[in-house]
Amino acid sequence: MKHLLSVDDLATEEILGLFETAADMHDVQSREVKKLPALRGRTVVNMFFEDSTRTRSSFEIAGKWLSADVINVSAKGSSTSKGESLRDTVLTVCAMGVDGLVIRHPASGAALQVSQWVDASVVNAGDGMHEHPTQALLDAYTLQRHLGSLDGRHVAIIGDLTHSRVFRSNVQCLTRLGARVTVVAPPTLMPSGIGPWSAAAGFETSYDLDEVLRGAGTHDDVDAVMMLRVQRERMSGAFFPSPREYTVGYGLTRDRLSLLAPDVPICHPGPMNRGLEIAADAADAAQSVVLEQVSSGLAIRMAVLYHLLAGDLQGGTA
Amino acid sequence: MALVIKGASLLGEETTDLYVDDAGTFVDAAPDGAETIDADGLVALPGLVDLHTHLREPGREDAETILTGSRAAALGGYTAVLAMANTTPVTDTAEAATRVWELGREAGLVHVQPVGAVTRGLAGEELAELGLMHRSRAGVNVFSDDGRCVHDARVMRRALEYVKAFGGVVSQHSQDPTLAGPAACCHEGELSGRLGLPGWPGIAEEVIVARDVMLARHTGSRVHVAHVSTAGSVEVLRWAKGQGIDVTAEVTPHHLLLTTDLLAGYDPTFKVNPPLRPQEDVEALRAALADGTIDAVATDHAPHARHDKEHAFVDAAFGMLGIETALGVVRTALPDLSWSDVARVMSVTPARIAGLADQGRPLAPGHPAHLVLVDPDASVTVDRDASASLSRNNPWHGRELTSRVVHTVYAGRVTVRDGALA
Amino acid sequence: MPATEQTGPERGDRTVLDARDISRALTRISHELLERNKGATDLVLLGLHTRGVPLAKRIADKIAAVEGAPVAVGELDVTMYRDDLRSQPTRRAHKTALPPGGIDRKVVVLVDDVLFSGRTIRAALDALADLGRPSAVRLAVLVDRGHRELPIRADHVGKNLPSALAERVSVRLAEVDGSDEVTIS
Repeated sequence: MKHLLSVDDLATEEILGLFETAADMHDVQSREVKKLPALRGRTVVNMFFEDSTRTRSSFEIAGKWLSADVINVSAKGSSTSKGESLRDTVLTVCAMGVDGLVIRHPASGAALQVSQWVDASVVNAGDGMHEHPTQALLDAYTLQRHLGSLDGRHVAIIGDLTHSRVFRSNVQCLTRLGARVTVVAPPTLMPSGIGPWSAAAGFETSYDLDEVLRGAGTHDDVDAVMMLRVQRERMSGAFFPSPREYTVGYGLTRDRLSLLAPDVPICHPGPMNRGLEIAADAADAAQSVVLEQVSSGLAIRMAVLYHLLAGDLQGGTA
Repeated sequence: MALVIKGASLLGEETTDLYVDDAGTFVDAAPDGAETIDADGLVALPGLVDLHTHLREPGREDAETILTGSRAAALGGYTAVLAMANTTPVTDTAEAATRVWELGREAGLVHVQPVGAVTRGLAGEELAELGLMHRSRAGVNVFSDDGRCVHDARVMRRALEYVKAFGGVVSQHSQDPTLAGPAACCHEGELSGRLGLPGWPGIAEEVIVARDVMLARHTGSRVHVAHVSTAGSVEVLRWAKGQGIDVTAEVTPHHLLLTTDLLAGYDPTFKVNPPLRPQEDVEALRAALADGTIDAVATDHAPHARHDKEHAFVDAAFGMLGIETALGVVRTALPDLSWSDVARVMSVTPARIAGLADQGRPLAPGHPAHLVLVDPDASVTVDRDASASLSRNNPWHGRELTSRVVHTVYAGRVTVRDGALA
Repeated sequence: MPATEQTGPERGDRTVLDARDISRALTRISHELLERNKGATDLVLLGLHTRGVPLAKRIADKIAAVEGAPVAVGELDVTMYRDDLRSQPTRRAHKTALPPGGIDRKVVVLVDDVLFSGRTIRAALDALADLGRPSAVRLAVLVDRGHRELPIRADHVGKNLPSALAERVSVRLAEVDGSDEVTIS
């Protein structure tokens, strides 16, 4: 494994291997000395072309706990406006001797493109509406800790699918691990061509959240619920009439919470719009795993950096 | 210099010798002191005419100039190109148009005919000085805001009406900007959904084509649809032509062969506007070109400097090279198209649409000697570094294309000899 | 890595310890540990992955049988502390599990199958430093085959096995390999 650009790059056993490593890394978080020497002498650059305090911090801590030198480069206010190409921007940074490049970019495909230009290992920390593989890994890892194996489990993903890289990575990761996935959104927030896509990839779609949560109709009982953030800027794009109407149709409200068994974990990648896609009662419920996702995220990112950067950089994972 | 072209197959049919005098006109006997070109096994076509070329000069001479674009055109078998107006400054005045025309004459390799902007600064609001551009030495006949759609129906209506006065034509970039966000960069479909790329639905093109043919009917003017890319647009055009509406349409070589699947690797080389579409659309476009619903092939040759393409996909510039490879692509995409049909869609009809009286003429005595000699059986593997263009955004790199341009003659002057600039 | 191999005895292999020899060696080490430590109080046995882990458990069981009380046992993975980490493809790490009382102020006994270059033990000492502060660290190995590259020695040795550098010492344990045996080839 040279880069982590898409969940699609990972074989099932590689995902499970990352989970095993993540479990070890998880233990490190409870130690007094939160430090492993595995990446001593390695340099990791967090290159964020888009603000994201939580993902950037997570990668930064993950790298530091593995003893890597971590440098944050805020590349926001894209170089396009300065007349510099993306290629020039990343080559300039990588010329400083970078082993790992963690990249967040508002454009889909940017991480893949960058990986073709640089020698460093590239980790996609979110590219536009395309993918966010470490988020999907941490979500699946968190759910696996609660549900045991994901094989045959039913996970509902709810929200703005069109603009969500979290959805795109998660649907691949969860189905890869044997979960059955139902995605729920109003038609205007379903990606174009989701019909043939879902048929080929083997997941279900629905416009009716209540039916899915009740396990009514053709749906099975839900074993886990994953809420997606609704971006504020979508409010003006005629995707739905009003926040109120969105909440009534697709929010995890107090009433809908009561439809769920008390051991069904509720995920949200954050930051949450409380009162919009998720009610406070749901966000703070005992079955909410939102904070656990954060610590899982650290463990997963440590595992990813370890697998990419600890060994001989010319080789792969043994 | 006078020419004797020996043994060329006219439009792929009868084999004959062609004679060109010192004035660059076909004559019926060998002139004295003529250079002999051996055209044994080669097909002779009237020089190709491109309704849609971006030469980037003035403004982006690092990407292409009128001279380098003319060279590329000659290598592609062209003897005339229509230089699109979206330069910096925009070709929206008589002076700007005349300057382009003059630079084309100085280059002297093809006829460079400026296209005028429909609206001032391509802003879509006020009409540019259409009549003055027409009256200028450049004699502008074709007007287009290409790169942008003349979206305001009122403005489009007035433009169509106004150019009737002098027989001009509006070439429309059909794309409703409200049906796709400003970040739209590819065909909207299953692949764009998976890739997370904001897309243009085919309907964004089709609604404008439908509106414009109705406006053409209403105004009694003619409209030209640039780079048709969807099966739905073809349906509208077929209907409109059946109704007798005065509409013509062009298709690009890339829309005849390349499909949207190429975007899976996010390579901005394949980012183009209108976007590459699925195979069903490609099939419909080929059929429409063969049956005459689409009148012409136009390259939309769009050079870009490397640094304008080396961005994230959504940030990279739109467009691809195409003028050197157009004939090979058409032969590859439509191998059953007869040579006389090739001449029709790549020379005769485009010349008529553009109002270029001395282009696309028969290869017969008394007509100007614009011609291209093609090896029909050769195949060429495209090498982007071998291009005469200043740019390298070549989607055909590494592909094998059928047929090869061997010689090009512009007004009796050999511009390309044995596949190289003369 | 120490030259331990999972493959079974092959032609030319010479058995140097059989199952009974191994059991006797571990019994002796158990008694030595108790004697040296004056009982099992504050003793923590940490097995090094892979075969040190079952060896530590066996020694713990033997001590418990003698003392009549359980003895703290855990496992230690040193993958991330190895000095050859980056000269080969990334290896998957194993679990590190300390007993509930931790290792602070305890006598930690590192248990491994073969002592060879000493580099694994060097890594283990580094790992221990990140985990806590034992009052003492001792080393118990089933086989010491010599060829040290670092100033490290074992406190308790099952068998000293002089070997040529090119020879391969293979430890097989029932928990991992299905049977107990030490061979040299």
